[in-house]
Amino acid sequence: MQKISVLLFLAWVSFLFYAGIALFTSGFLLTRWELTNHSSCQEPPGPGALPWGGRGEPGACWMASRFSRLVLVVIDALRFDFAQPQRSPVSGEPPVSLPFLGKMGFLQRLLESQPHHARLYQAKADPPTTTMQRLKALTTGSLPTFVDAGSNFASSAIVEDNLIKQLSSTVDSDEWDVLITHFLGVDHCGHKHDPYHPEMAKKLTQMDKMIQGLVKRLKNDTLLVVTGDHGMTISGNHGGESELETSAALFLYSPRALFPSAPAEEPEIIPQISLVPTLALLLGLPIPFGNIGEVIAEVFSEIEDSQPRFSALAQASALHLNAQQVSRFLHTYSATAQDLQVQELHRLQKLFSKASADYQRLLQSPQGAEAVLQTVIPELQQFLRGVRAMCIESWARFSLVRMAGGAALLAATCFLCLLVSQWATSPAFYFGPLLKPTASGLSGAMVCAGLLASTGLKLDSMVLGAMAAVGSLLPFLWKAWASWGSKRPLASLLPMPGPVLLLLLIRFAGFFSDSYIITEARVAPFLLISLILLLVARLHWEGKLLPPKLLSIPRLGFLTPAGPPQYSAMHAVGLGVGLLLCIRLAGLFYRCHEETPVCSSSPLLSPLRSTVDGRTKNLWYGACVGALVALLASVRLWLHCYGNLKSPEPPVLFVRWGLPLMGLGTAAYWALASGADEAPPRLRALVSGASVMLPRAVAGLAASGLMLLLWRPVTVLVKATTGAPRTRTVLTPFSGPPTSQADLDYVVPQIYRHIQEEFRGRLERTKSQGLLTVAAYQLGSVYSAAVVMALTLLAFPLLLLHAERISLVFLLLFLQSFLLLHLLAAGIPITTPGPFTVPWHAVFAWALMATQTFYTTGHQPVFSAIQWHAAFVGVSESRDFTWLSAFLVGANTFASHILFAALPFSEAVGCPLLLLWPFLCENQGSQKRRQPPGNEAEARVRPEEEQEPRMEMRLRDAPHHFSAALLQLGLKYLFVLGIQILACVLAASILRRHLLVWKVFAPKFIFEAMGFIVSSVGLCLGIALVMRVDGAVSSWFRQLVLTQQKAGEQSSLVCTGAGLSARKAQPHLLPPCSQDLLASGTSLFYNSRS
Amino acid sequence: MKDTDIKKLLYTHLLCIFSIILSIFIPSFFLENFSILETHLTWLCICSVSVTAVNLVLYLVVKPNVSSKRSSLSYKVTRFLKCCIYFLTSCFFFHVIFVLYGAPLIELALETFSLAVILSTFTTIPCLCLLGPNFKAWLRIFSRNGVTSIWENSLQITTISSFVGIWLGAFPIPLDWGRPWQMAIEGKHSISLCTRHGAWHCHTSNLILVTIVQGMAHLLHAWSNLWLRGWPCYFTTLDILE
Repeated sequence: MQKISVLLFLAWVSFLFYAGIALFTSGFLLTRWELTNHSSCQEPPGPGALPWGGRGEPGACWMASRFSRLVLVVIDALRFDFAQPQRSPVSGEPPVSLPFLGKMGFLQRLLESQPHHARLYQAKADPPTTTMQRLKALTTGSLPTFVDAGSNFASSAIVEDNLIKQLSSTVDSDEWDVLITHFLGVDHCGHKHDPYHPEMAKKLTQMDKMIQGLVKRLKNDTLLVVTGDHGMTISGNHGGESELETSAALFLYSPRALFPSAPAEEPEIIPQISLVPTLALLLGLPIPFGNIGEVIAEVFSEIEDSQPRFSALAQASALHLNAQQVSRFLHTYSATAQDLQVQELHRLQKLFSKASADYQRLLQSPQGAEAVLQTVIPELQQFLRGVRAMCIESWARFSLVRMAGGAALLAATCFLCLLVSQWATSPAFYFGPLLKPTASGLSGAMVCAGLLASTGLKLDSMVLGAMAAVGSLLPFLWKAWASWGSKRPLASLLPMPGPVLLLLLIRFAGFFSDSYIITEARVAPFLLISLILLLVARLHWEGKLLPPKLLSIPRLGFLTPAGPPQYSAMHAVGLGVGLLLCIRLAGLFYRCHEETPVCSSSPLLSPLRSTVDGRTKNLWYGACVGALVALLASVRLWLHCYGNLKSPEPPVLFVRWGLPLMGLGTAAYWALASGADEAPPRLRALVSGASVMLPRAVAGLAASGLMLLLWRPVTVLVKATTGAPRTRTVLTPFSGPPTSQADLDYVVPQIYRHIQEEFRGRLERTKSQGLLTVAAYQLGSVYSAAVVMALTLLAFPLLLLHAERISLVFLLLFLQSFLLLHLLAAGIPITTPGPFTVPWHAVFAWALMATQTFYTTGHQPVFSAIQWHAAFVGVSESRDFTWLSAFLVGANTFASHILFAALPFSEAVGCPLLLLWPFLCENQGSQKRRQPPGNEAEARVRPEEEQEPRMEMRLRDAPHHFSAALLQLGLKYLFVLGIQILACVLAASILRRHLLVWKVFAPKFIFEAMGFIVSSVGLCLGIALVMRVDGAVSSWFRQLVLTQQKAGEQSSLVCTGAGLSARKAQPHLLPPCSQDLLASGTSLFYNSRS
Repeated sequence: MKDTDIKKLLYTHLLCIFSIILSIFIPSFFLENFSILETHLTWLCICSVSVTAVNLVLYLVVKPNVSSKRSSLSYKVTRFLKCCIYFLTSCFFFHVIFVLYGAPLIELALETFSLAVILSTFTTIPCLCLLGPNFKAWLRIFSRNGVTSIWENSLQITTISSFVGIWLGAFPIPLDWGRPWQMAIEGKHSISLCTRHGAWHCHTSNLILVTIVQGMAHLLHAWSNLWLRGWPCYFTTLDILE
């Protein structure tokens, strides 16, 4: 029951984190679906005749072209005020002189001298104001967001319909028609200095000269467009949505008169994407399918025809075409995705049909329709603007409220983790208050949601989830505050600041710097190495490494450390050095971040297939297979060391025979994959078939192994023998009265043992038959063995998804985690029956190692580094992007998270084992002093053999503390991961105007969030596995008792049964079970070797 | 006795700091084109030599431990040789640690080694001066309750803060602020290695620079710490210990 509640509580905390992440994501990551439909020249956007000159053929698709050539000059980051004409200073006002003002004198002269030919607009760009998104908007006329969800969101080309595509598909002639240039100088100048730097003035003057040269060479039928894709802030950056960033200059010039009227005093403000439909219609092209911009109506007026009515009619027809196209797009889009508001959509459709009817009326009765004409244009414009506003609302605006809410929820959950995990270390911890407020809060939130839904308030699922989370979190915190907070100060619940906290803080702060995120592949190992050195140094500082005689100073005898050394110095230092070496070697596998300009990824990450030299290829293949064999051998060795390999249970049999088979399959697959090109043509089909089947076979074997493990997780060897294998204690002679405390300590147990044996001997003599003795081997490592087996089984399919040489990294990973566990064991103090603590540094080291392995397996938190080839492992050739391939790619990317999320359980399970380790060493150390010196070396070699009686069974003896330790571990791990997520979230929201927000921070957040989800699911699954093992062990004990009952050993079994059940009821009061059994004559030997 | 000890300690620290500051300014009179940023290797050598010299002189003058009973020449020579071996070993040891920490193995090996030398100067030489080539005594100093005198306490604090300083020195490496001191060092090596973002190759050189800053800081820290500990507690704790 306690274990179920642990699992439920962890799941609830994970849910809180998910809700926070989802809420933040819905406010921050704006998504939009990309449609691949195209407008075509022959197909008009809607019913009705095409207006003037539209013939449905190249050159005059929907409308006759007015210009046959276009020169489009995109000056990156040309802010509106850079090009704004400077009025002569009015007397009384001090003249403003800023470096960037009035530097484009030629534009100003054009505007003043040719008011009907040139026009300057203030173009409003939509956020995100990053160049890539802006260029996309300037060609497609839509509102690109950071994640344009489509078939492939890591593409380098635009898949949506766009101007360039229309140009290339419709126009074919020898002469040039369109000239597009993109000048980056102004943007660079802004980033490097800022707009107020004199360099900016120089750059702008240069641009002005360039335009002057262009205008001189323009022919009569050419349109010149000069535009900036976005603006820049005071510091020269862009990416956000401030006024300065979104206002860009847009300048139109034609050698022919284009505008009917003189410009207004202040340049008109238009949306930037208005340029797309305008240019399309002016050049006689169809408007791109996904455009939602509105044409600049005034350029469609008839200049030669002085009648204003025709002018207005021309404008209306252009607007109507535009509106038809937008309506068609809306229709298609709303059929594909549901992210637009339905009510607004209906309103707009009604508006459009009304305007369309008016327009038809206008066409049918050309005379006397002045009034209609006056209403049609505003109606059409209203429709187009309404559509744009609706799209902006759902595609292009950060929702700061949601972002803040998500961040606050994450922070509160982190705090909760901290609080409860600290509380779980106290011995007075009980589970009651954990679940009640949670359950009540959740049910309350459910009821609220139901009420809201029934009243017809339509709410986002994100908001609903967040509300449920808050609704359950608040009562919990309130209850916590009321029940514990009043009794003792809150500060005592929080951990003391230490070096580990400092490291965690550094890591937290690192997420706010793009440099640190880009170089995280090196930062994480740096921190990990620091942590390891710190651990070793602290062991030394606390005097655990050296014998006290070295440390004690004769003069100051009272300062001698009390405890004897628990760990040999060479051992700990050796572990540390081994770890450092492993980390350094794993660092050789390094993939460059895309933002690092001069950097070459390690060639080790590429698949063997790409190696040209046959000899090198063979050598590497040999090394990979060697790593595989070493991995298998080390796992077997580990199991052998702890004795679990002797059990006749099916999982162990699987480990003995199935694992080598899986290794064989993997090696064969590698051979096929790396040499597929060299296969003779006759065998091609066979090879390709085998390279599909082999991964499937390995995955199937792994799955069956896992099922076996779940079915029979207890891997112990039971031997029931009559006639106890008596442990004869060798009594060393001792004469004379005991003089010191040490002598007493030595003599009294000897006497006890002697008496015990005497009694047992008598008992045996009285009974005709010897007592039944059940020897259960390997019970002490039963939890760890299950987890290690599960990990190994998981590692193989994951290995297949990576390139061959990553197997070396996997080997290093296993080695590294083994070494780290041992090193951590050295630092954990002995708390014999009491609450087990999982230290913070251990959890933090795990999280760091997971991050490090993410990088060493050849990943980077950018979309371009996703290893897509994983989608084709074990899948026959098909181009579709299915859920299976998505799963495969995800498994490839987050392999380290899966393994490391799972690994803490081996620590969860191993941690009591680790708790016991120093205890054993201490016992052994005290023995050593009394043993003759000849035995000393032997005793050091086999520390476990002497007394390794209980190990993980100690956990079972204190189920309450076991549950508390599991909870504590899970919460601490979630806290460390949650802090990372929180840092990502805060960084992304604070730095949302940063230049690299979409290149660095947002991808980092996405990867971190995905990693968190994978890790938390792995954590819950792992704890479930531990629970399963625990349940199986319990039933195993019960079965043991039953079989003994059948054997007819009345005297012993009553006692046994009573012992077991009573122990369950009162865990603390009774002595551990083995002693009960021993006293009653049945002995259980924990983890003795056979 | 305590009073003189604390005074001696104070002057020792002041002299150490002074020698580092002098090593920045004095060489520019003798050497052409000398500057910290551009000819940092030269400067490092000078700095390490001067700190060593000051330490040795101070040791000979102050003589904090007067425990050596034997004074034969052969004993002194062996002791000196042992010291040299210890120093070299510590240099190589630190070099290995730096490489394990992520410094490149082959390229910039000279920079890495000079960093190891300067770290040894700040840590090993004071230990050698105060405790002699007695590794067990060193280990004792760096454990809880292992300190017996005010000199050892100072040694403990200065050495640990040297390590912390050199560790902190790694933090500006990934930053791409393009500050003059970063740029100068990056410009010194080939541009292909030290690009704006990929400044990791300049690991060692950056470390050197910041270490020196930290080296001064640690001396200051040690001095202030001693001052805080020494003077107010002068009448209480230290006397009891004595």
